Amino acid sequence: MREFDYVRADSLDHAAAQAGPHAALIAGGTNLLDLMKLQVMVPERVIDISRLDGLDTIEADGPGLRIGAMVRNADLAADPRIRADYPVLARALLAGASGQIRNKASTGGNLLQRTRCPYFYDTAMACNKRAPGSGCAAEGGASRMLAILGTSKDCRAAHPSDMAVALRALEARVAIRAPNGTERILEMDQLYRLPGDRPDLETELDEGDIITAVLLPAPALGSSQSYRKIRDRASYAFALVSVAAVVTMQDDRIGKASLAFGGLAPRPWKDAQVDAMLAGQAPSEALFSKAADTLLAEAVSDAGNEFKRHLAHRAMIAVLREATGLAPASTGTDLVGEPA
Amino acid sequence: MPISLKVNGVERTLECDTRVSLLDALRDHLDLPGTKKGCDHGQCGACTILVNGRRINSCLTLAVMHEGDEITTIEGLGGPEDLSPMQRDFVSCDGYQCGYCTPGQIMSATGMLAEARDGMPSHVSESLIGKANLSDAEIAERMSGNLCRCSAYPFIREAIARNTEQSQ
Amino acid sequence: MSDSFTMNEAQPRLLDTTDQGLIGAPLDRPEGALKVSGQATYTAEYHPEGMCHGVLVRATITRGTVTGFDETAAAALPGYLGLFHGPEFLRNPAQGMAGKAPTQPGDRVAYHGQPIALVVAESFETARDAAARIVVHYDEQPGAPVDPETAPSEEPDDRTVQGDLDAAMRKGAATLDRAYTTPGHAAAAMEPHAALAEWEGDHLTLHGALQMIRYNKAELADAIGVKPEQVRVLAPYIGGGFGSKLGISAEHISAALAARALKRPVRVVMARQTVFDAILRRTETAQRLRLAAETDGKLTAIGHEDRISNLEGEGFAEPTAAATQFLYAAPNRLVRKTISRNHRTPSGSVRAPGEAVGMFALECGMDELAETLGICPVELRLRNIPEKHPETGQTFTAHALAQALREGAQAFGWDKRTEPGTRREGEWLIGMGVASAARTNMLIASSARVTLTRDGALVETDMTDIGTGSYAILGQIAGEMLGLPIDKVSVHLADSDLPGASGSGGSFGASSAGSAVFLAARKIRDELAKRLGCAPEDVRVDRGQVTGDNKKAALADLLVEPIAMEASIESGETAKTHFSSGFGAHFAEVAVSEITGEVRVRRILGVFGVGRVLNEKTARSQAVGGMIWGVGSALHEELSHDPRTGHIVGRDLANYHVPSHADIPAKMEVRFLEERDDHANPIQSKGIGELGISGAGAAVINAIHNATGLRVYDFPATPDKIVQGFMEHGR
Repeated sequence: MREFDYVRADSLDHAAAQAGPHAALIAGGTNLLDLMKLQVMVPERVIDISRLDGLDTIEADGPGLRIGAMVRNADLAADPRIRADYPVLARALLAGASGQIRNKASTGGNLLQRTRCPYFYDTAMACNKRAPGSGCAAEGGASRMLAILGTSKDCRAAHPSDMAVALRALEARVAIRAPNGTERILEMDQLYRLPGDRPDLETELDEGDIITAVLLPAPALGSSQSYRKIRDRASYAFALVSVAAVVTMQDDRIGKASLAFGGLAPRPWKDAQVDAMLAGQAPSEALFSKAADTLLAEAVSDAGNEFKRHLAHRAMIAVLREATGLAPASTGTDLVGEPA
Repeated sequence: MPISLKVNGVERTLECDTRVSLLDALRDHLDLPGTKKGCDHGQCGACTILVNGRRINSCLTLAVMHEGDEITTIEGLGGPEDLSPMQRDFVSCDGYQCGYCTPGQIMSATGMLAEARDGMPSHVSESLIGKANLSDAEIAERMSGNLCRCSAYPFIREAIARNTEQSQ
Repeated sequence: MSDSFTMNEAQPRLLDTTDQGLIGAPLDRPEGALKVSGQATYTAEYHPEGMCHGVLVRATITRGTVTGFDETAAAALPGYLGLFHGPEFLRNPAQGMAGKAPTQPGDRVAYHGQPIALVVAESFETARDAAARIVVHYDEQPGAPVDPETAPSEEPDDRTVQGDLDAAMRKGAATLDRAYTTPGHAAAAMEPHAALAEWEGDHLTLHGALQMIRYNKAELADAIGVKPEQVRVLAPYIGGGFGSKLGISAEHISAALAARALKRPVRVVMARQTVFDAILRRTETAQRLRLAAETDGKLTAIGHEDRISNLEGEGFAEPTAAATQFLYAAPNRLVRKTISRNHRTPSGSVRAPGEAVGMFALECGMDELAETLGICPVELRLRNIPEKHPETGQTFTAHALAQALREGAQAFGWDKRTEPGTRREGEWLIGMGVASAARTNMLIASSARVTLTRDGALVETDMTDIGTGSYAILGQIAGEMLGLPIDKVSVHLADSDLPGASGSGGSFGASSAGSAVFLAARKIRDELAKRLGCAPEDVRVDRGQVTGDNKKAALADLLVEPIAMEASIESGETAKTHFSSGFGAHFAEVAVSEITGEVRVRRILGVFGVGRVLNEKTARSQAVGGMIWGVGSALHEELSHDPRTGHIVGRDLANYHVPSHADIPAKMEVRFLEERDDHANPIQSKGIGELGISGAGAAVINAIHNATGLRVYDFPATPDKIVQGFMEHGR
């Protein structure tokens, strides 16, 4: 860890004013400090926003909810409204990290956490994300945890968040405060960039921008929601593959299916074509299999991570079977109450 | 930077580099080495303490961020002559071997029991709604942020189970 | 005062007659209250006045020469105290029981991540930053082989060839010829490797996270060029070892050198990533197992060949086929090893070197052969238990394999095991598996001193307690022998000024150091007999009373003068005429998701014959710990190496998956069979901690087969491999 100036922000204005090319915001710190210890990140100024008022509440936002960026992952998962109306989010949060980390990690920080690609973490290795232009040691390296969708020749790193996958399935949006105090709202696919030839640029946030909230739409009443995470041990491990699903049935047909995937891509992955294929259709194994083929049609893998195709395919079908009633629901699939 | 903390009920002040983790502040600056450093990256749980009643990894936070916070470490739970019930149960269940992850396990269990009392669900909860029922599988999932390489897991959970609301 | 006892013949079971209720009792650990209250002091937790902090600088090339260090950026940091390197530096940790310095490579680099220098600063934070700012210049020698499959290899001479394996394979009614692979493993003890060095004149005191004090003292003295008597090593608490702290390593030597130069105490604690890179790992293995059997299941041939790896010049070679050499009878035998010489992090002892990985092949192979033969896997094992050591002809000492298999099968409900792939609960396929357990038992030269005063007894030895229960059992042995309640016995360990014991390794510590304590206490009993006026064989020491030959005295009355006795033990004739091993059987039940290939262990039972159990509670913990390691190696644990540099990829506890709470069921049951090993040592005990892992993983893998019908040959059985298997079968 390099020396840095520590600034405890007393307002968002103050925090924004301290921002700069060599500054980093710290909220929970669970990923930033991890990276600073290894000098993967070397900010010269660390701006502590963890004590700012008004960022740690969950409030009604029309029919939806506004989740403050400083709401802890544990508190978000435990909130009665989230548990009842957005169970996929609670499930995803609870599948992530550990109890200790969830008590510290913030909503905004979770969205902005960095990849766990081992080559990004190893400063002895080339990494275009850490050191633009240095190359990608992951190419031709150990690839088990790498992404298979949305990658580029310069970067194959996967986004590690569970929470963000559920938010993507819930079609959440992100509120961003610009340094001049104005707020703009981005869809999650607008927030995250794909790596292309600049894997170091991960989001569309500009200098001084601060994520202030995550906005949830109205609850998908009558939906079946689930988060299925496959990992190398039973707990406390990053996803090999995860699937978040929010599925609403209309009579015997799928009214709407919103799926998102973790472990597969540089950002929580959503494929509109897949959702569209499912809408209005009668659930069947064949339909689900075809949708999974579509999801994975453009996947790029090597021998080390090819298994992710198969895992994703199987997990997606299993999740859809439970969500549409083709198979009995197990732990991890929850129903959101019928419309009042 | 000067920092004031309330550690185990006692006001403590220290002057330290901004880079000092809360863990290193406790171990190296405040003479409280009961909190252990196993990985320094939030991957093992040996450094678990309570901050304002909540369990966290003290390695993944800076001391300077905790001005005025109430910190509870293993030393604050009970000394060798006045062990808390949970500490006693770890001894009688042999819920440890080398002892290095032990303070973290005990602090994590303490925080975890409070979370369960507050109704917080877990990854393995059948339903997200309603009271948390601390079965062995629930305790195991909730304690999975605390690795024990000696692998005393079944005995650690036996000790914790003796301290759940259901068992009392 | 110390004359050595040599284990030349079976010893009487004195501990069965002392009747004090201590030996074997499930007593709490005496240091427990300290451990659970955070008051047990580990190496990094001493803070002598003036202590400064060291952080290791490590090579970022795989092979070559360091041509220079540029300290400019580091030296500009306030509080920077200097960079230390030189001819005393170690290439890698000493192998277990080396007793001398490991390779001191000068400026040579032999693997990526090798510690090459130490940065010292006033604070840990400055030292950590400074270490990252040291610019190292190399003359790199590219093309270092890092792939064990293609690297140059050698074949050591000590192979076993009996009969004609090939002929037996041709004739066998049923045969098996399989390749198995296991990845490298990390010990990953929770306490990172640490040292604190302090010089007083030309005397060094080193607190170190170390398992074998007697050897470590000699290694350290040799490495820095001082006399052993100038070195004192202390390790009263060690946060786990599992073989990773057997020998001195970079942190000890560098702390000692820097402390001498700076004339200040220096503490060096390895970062977790450094522990992965620079501490000896368990080698990966590639194994070929061949079995041939008659239709009745009698084995006619066993062949076990393996390829392991280590750095050129390292003497350690994982004894992969160790258990294969004696577990089952067969007239035609072949055991052969190849050592790949490559530039990965060097390999060394990790819990149960040999059996921990070799028994995957042997015991999964036996399971598959049983299926081919249509014989119950428990029965197949029972039919092949040898009368004598099949290679050496030695007589076995207490041999519990048959009993363990039978009692285990009964207790586990083995008769409820169904045909593969036929038991289901929702998406979960359920199955049971069995494996034998075996781990060679050893006696290593050990000394101890026991002092008996009116206030109680003091046990002193440099033996360590790495979580194994030494503090508990050594006190129990002394208390049992001297008629004292356990709270009247103190145990002082892990100080090189005390009589030298085996240290902790090879599961031999409790028996070896325990025998030395036993013998010292027996000498005290002899002295008490003398003071009482009876023959030594007649004396009884019972709850503070000494009796014999119709005489009786209060213990305290005989202790106007305290009695201090030192004793030593070494192995002797019985180790030649007899072969001592722990034996047992593992039974596992697993559930496998037919969708994702995830495996959940539901319960495991281990039944073990380990001679006399010295403390039922700590023994059970050792056994269960080993069994859980078996689960880890079966399902999770894998060191991944970069194919170009050999560097360990994902060098942390987020990527190297040791089992977590959620991976381990509550039902981890252990049964110890009533057993005495009269030829092993005078306390009739055997090692436990490594027996627990030996075979445990194979039982899990065999249970996966019973659940799914799939066989995994490349470990660990992660979800991708199970799913691959499902897909190959169109599922």
